[in-house]
Amino acid sequence: MEILMSIVIGVLFTSAVYLILSKSLLRVIIGTGLLSHGAHLLILTMSGLKTGAAPVLKDGVTSYTDPLPQALVLTAIVISFGVTAFFLVLAYRAYQDLGTDNMEEMKGNESND
Amino acid sequence: MSLLHIAIVLPFIAAVFIPFLFKGFRNIHTGWFVLLVPLALFIYFIQYLPVTSGGQTVSKTFEWIPSLGINFNAHVDGLGLLFALLITGIGSLVVLYSIYYLAKEKEALHNFYVYLLMFMGAMLGVVLSDNLIVLYMFWEFTSISSFLLIGYWYDKERSRYGAQKSMLITVFGGLSMLGGIVLLYIMSGTFSIQELIGMSGSLMQDPMFIPAMLLILLGAFTKSAQFPFHVWLPDAMEAPTPVSAYLHSATMVKAGIYLVARMSPVFAESGIWLWLVAGFGLFTLFWGSFNAVKQTDLKGILAFSTISQLGLIMSLLGLGAAALHFDQLDENIYMGATIAAVFHLINHATFKGSLFMVAGIVDHETGTRDIRNLGGLVNLMPITFTIALIGTFSMAGLPPFNGFLSKEMFLLATLEILEFNLFSMDTWGILFPVIAWIASVFTFIYSIMLLFKTFLGKLQLDKLPKKPHEAPIGMLISPIVLGALVVVFGFFPNLLSKSMIKPAVEAILPSLVESGQEVYVNIYFWHGFTPELFMTLGIVLFGTLLYATLGKWQGIYNRIPEQFTINGVYDRGLEKGESGSFRLTEGVMTGYMRTYLLYIFGFFVAILLSTLVVRDAFSIDTSNLAEIRIYEVILAVVMLASAITILFAKSRLTSIVALGAVGYSVALFFVFFRAPDLALTQLVIETVSVALFLLCFYHLPEISRKEERMGFRLGNAVISILVGVTITLIAISAYSNSSVFESISQYHIDNVYKLAAGGNMVNVILVDFRGFDTLFEICVLGIAALGIYAMVHFRGVRRQKG
Repeated sequence: MEILMSIVIGVLFTSAVYLILSKSLLRVIIGTGLLSHGAHLLILTMSGLKTGAAPVLKDGVTSYTDPLPQALVLTAIVISFGVTAFFLVLAYRAYQDLGTDNMEEMKGNESND
Repeated sequence: MSLLHIAIVLPFIAAVFIPFLFKGFRNIHTGWFVLLVPLALFIYFIQYLPVTSGGQTVSKTFEWIPSLGINFNAHVDGLGLLFALLITGIGSLVVLYSIYYLAKEKEALHNFYVYLLMFMGAMLGVVLSDNLIVLYMFWEFTSISSFLLIGYWYDKERSRYGAQKSMLITVFGGLSMLGGIVLLYIMSGTFSIQELIGMSGSLMQDPMFIPAMLLILLGAFTKSAQFPFHVWLPDAMEAPTPVSAYLHSATMVKAGIYLVARMSPVFAESGIWLWLVAGFGLFTLFWGSFNAVKQTDLKGILAFSTISQLGLIMSLLGLGAAALHFDQLDENIYMGATIAAVFHLINHATFKGSLFMVAGIVDHETGTRDIRNLGGLVNLMPITFTIALIGTFSMAGLPPFNGFLSKEMFLLATLEILEFNLFSMDTWGILFPVIAWIASVFTFIYSIMLLFKTFLGKLQLDKLPKKPHEAPIGMLISPIVLGALVVVFGFFPNLLSKSMIKPAVEAILPSLVESGQEVYVNIYFWHGFTPELFMTLGIVLFGTLLYATLGKWQGIYNRIPEQFTINGVYDRGLEKGESGSFRLTEGVMTGYMRTYLLYIFGFFVAILLSTLVVRDAFSIDTSNLAEIRIYEVILAVVMLASAITILFAKSRLTSIVALGAVGYSVALFFVFFRAPDLALTQLVIETVSVALFLLCFYHLPEISRKEERMGFRLGNAVISILVGVTITLIAISAYSNSSVFESISQYHIDNVYKLAAGGNMVNVILVDFRGFDTLFEICVLGIAALGIYAMVHFRGVRRQKG
């Protein structure tokens, strides 16, 4: 299972990087979204996907899944959401002010920075 | 801090007060105040003469950074004292000369004298400090003050060019020297020159000995304008003439000579040292004298002449190293080379100083320094002519002046080296007397040219900007003193031998005098009919012949194309370096995000994959894997399909929806992997994110609403696939090695109720076991919210600008 997940994560990273390298700002942000999905799954996968009960205390259960990576991923989700939201509004403002979402046209140079 | 230390830094202290004196006493030339400093120092240093000639040295320590072994150790021995006397003595004369040379109304005298005093103090520090780091510090001070002095008339373009050139070359050498010093410290553990001398035997065995020697020699060669680093000196002639006389003939350019002499006891046992110092010196001697004939500017001739004479001294110091290979002093003929070096050092300072002052007087009184416009000044300026005659004849090596004696000793030394049977001197050594002789012929030609073309021939009044007349007496005092010294040392050379030359030679070759033997210095005027006398006769004969036919063969100088000259190489090197680095930056820093991301991902892949391959770190272990269930496979396929859909989506809406699909599949994965809290959060957040994406999509401006598929770029595809592969490989091999340590989660599972009174382990970890993370995660959200608010509400600056 972990090997399958590793491959899935690899594909997620591939698409994410390809999107990040594109011209459109919106695609770049979609890319970062995919990248964070990949990272979250990677954290979970690396702790082992052995089946056990969900990490909620219950009588008679001895084997739980590892709760620590879940806590880490939860933190990461919230942070990446905050950053993505900020980034999106930034992109929105950039559209408004610059009138473009093309990264190539946003190239700064000495005269207009 | 002893009186000696105060003496060394006195010029620096005095420099602080110069601007106040300049502003406070506008009707007195500031130079008069400055003059007191070198005079006082000269008198002070004279007192050490009996000490050093008695074979004693004086050492005074002033702690600076004792924990690093860097202390201001002042050390006065014969060599240091000789230089200190030259610096302060000629310094006094130069200051006196500058009082008459620089007008107090027109010139920024406070700048001039501050720089000059700074230089004087720095030079004293160089020659009198025993600690190499302190020596280096003063060394760079001389570079900086020389830079300031060359660029004194900073509104002239040539001055700035010359200042920059000398700065670049001497600082390059200075930094190399620092490298050599550090290597010496690593080898020996001390910065003290005297301690290094004691260890020279064991240092020779060290593999870093040769690099240290080369680096230190690089410093000395650049400072002393040795080939091919001599190019800065002719351009430094843009400085005021007193500066040229002081720095670029008598003192600073001899700092390299000093360094070579000072480090001789450490390095000179090595054959490489002998060949390098003597070889470079000899070639510089030839090259300088050869090029001096070409010059038409008085100071240009003198600059190349200085280069050539410095080469002569340098080669003598190199040849003098041969003396170390023979123990018996009384039969050691190679000692003569070192004696000649010290003697010529003094002689050169006297006659070159006076010649520069003469050039300054000619410039000052006629308005030009171009020898093509000068001529026939002998009747108008008889005193200047006399001084010039003495100086040039001494420089050419004619009797009865001191230059004759040192030139004879030099020729003798080059002849004697033929009998030296080490380091293949006995075969290649024949070059030494031959080149020395040719160089001396050229020296003769340019000396005569300098004198005759300036003072004899036809007076060309129409070509002179000013009507020439004899200089004021104040301006003549200094060159007269120096010219008189040339004559005195010429007739009574042994005046100096016991008091100055002997202690200096003992300092250069200390291992020879250790056993209580005494260096016997006696310079004869008349040796009898020796080979070197015939060589001198030949020089005069050929020199006169060539001078008479100068017009016929001067054309060969124009044969050398500009781009092959060292100046051409330097200029082009500077230009190419500048344009090359500009083009490099232009090429690398494109200003496009994509380029930089490609670099980042490229390096990421290159470093990780190469490490994986080189270390052979990839491993796969299937024993610890969880079983694959069919609905997980289906979900994986769905997720991959949506991820890839984004890549090929034509409309942005499709890609946003596909991203949402990926997010919800991640939430489902969380369900499968038994993470209920994660699944909840992921669902909510994905929903909000997609809504935000749609908001952005909706507000896209009309112009770029054009829907189009993402263009395919092979580079992007390759990089992104490589990134994915890297991540996968690292994930697999990391997981295969994950059983090295047990997870610490058992603690949380065991204590979640006992210690924290909770049942949901993830939540307890978030708010109890690891509550700090959550606090700052809340901060992140808060900051993001505030940031978004600010972005939406505070706008307008950019728009107003248009």
